[in-house]
Amino acid sequence: MIIWMIIGMALVTAIPRVLPAFIVDIVSFPKWVDRWLNAIPYAALGALIFPGILSVKPEAPQIGVIAGLTAVLLAWLDLHIILVVLGAIASVFLLTL
Amino acid sequence: MQSQAVKQSGTAGRIHMIRRGMIAGSPIMLGYLPIALTYGVLASQSGMSNSELTLMSLLVFAGAAQFLAVGMLAAGTGAFEIVIATFVLNFRHFVMSFSFVNRLKKIAFRAKLPMTLGLTDETFTVSSLYRREAKQDYGAYFFSALILTAYVSWVGGSYLGGVLGDIMPQRLSESMGVALYAMFIGLLVPSVKKHYRIAVVAVLAMIINYLAQQIGFSQGWAIVIGTVAGGCSGIWILSEEEEDL
Repeated sequence: MIIWMIIGMALVTAIPRVLPAFIVDIVSFPKWVDRWLNAIPYAALGALIFPGILSVKPEAPQIGVIAGLTAVLLAWLDLHIILVVLGAIASVFLLTL
Repeated sequence: MQSQAVKQSGTAGRIHMIRRGMIAGSPIMLGYLPIALTYGVLASQSGMSNSELTLMSLLVFAGAAQFLAVGMLAAGTGAFEIVIATFVLNFRHFVMSFSFVNRLKKIAFRAKLPMTLGLTDETFTVSSLYRREAKQDYGAYFFSALILTAYVSWVGGSYLGGVLGDIMPQRLSESMGVALYAMFIGLLVPSVKKHYRIAVVAVLAMIINYLAQQIGFSQGWAIVIGTVAGGCSGIWILSEEEEDL
């Protein structure tokens, strides 16, 4: 029973992931679609960051905000991304002491 | 003689790209491990066996959907509803995959296909910011190594969570929940620093995603709407020099 659920989940996840590889091979897009697709990573980053980050500590959304601002500051200072991540983790850890 | 020399540098080139791909994937590993461990613990608590919960990570490889499935299983929801919910939540990878394969025109179809199977929010966003590698020789090795690094840590972490149970101190694992958000920020900020207009695309996507959730769209659809509509602004905002963005 669980195994069928896993297979079902795998199929509905895999099909949308692989389908574009087939489509892009057949269709060639005009320039503006290229620009749109090139903007997708930045739009996705935005949508993945907010409002999700508020739920890092659902009962205290300000902790997510402060940790996010810490990450922005560290990234702005050109620190390596691993240090950005560790800095944000440390800020949440300290705020929840 | 000459062909041997070329072959040599080819192997070295591949190893070089694999190593760089693994380094590029290491922040994802850091973000995935605590979440995968937590998933393993929750899944085994909800009654899944270690082989079932590891198999789910192997075959589905989508963190949010797996958490959702475990939560719904624990609440006694039927398998069909769980599969539908997974589809809705993971449909955003369809949009991301389009953007991904469109940039990998130089890479052969047979190499692209397995890579798209490994697309998650994290592997997509990280690999999207390595634009030059898509045009370099052995680029496929770079992206495959990046994705496999994430995949191995996700599957391995899930298994360990199921076997070892709660080994991480709760406060630490809670604090580590911010890791992936911080990684997304750490990916976005350098691009914004280079071209401020990229912030417009990202902030529009944030606002649209937020509003869509406010008016009742599920998180999955809201992220799809925010990404597609926010990305639309790029048609006007990103100019022809997008190549070096």
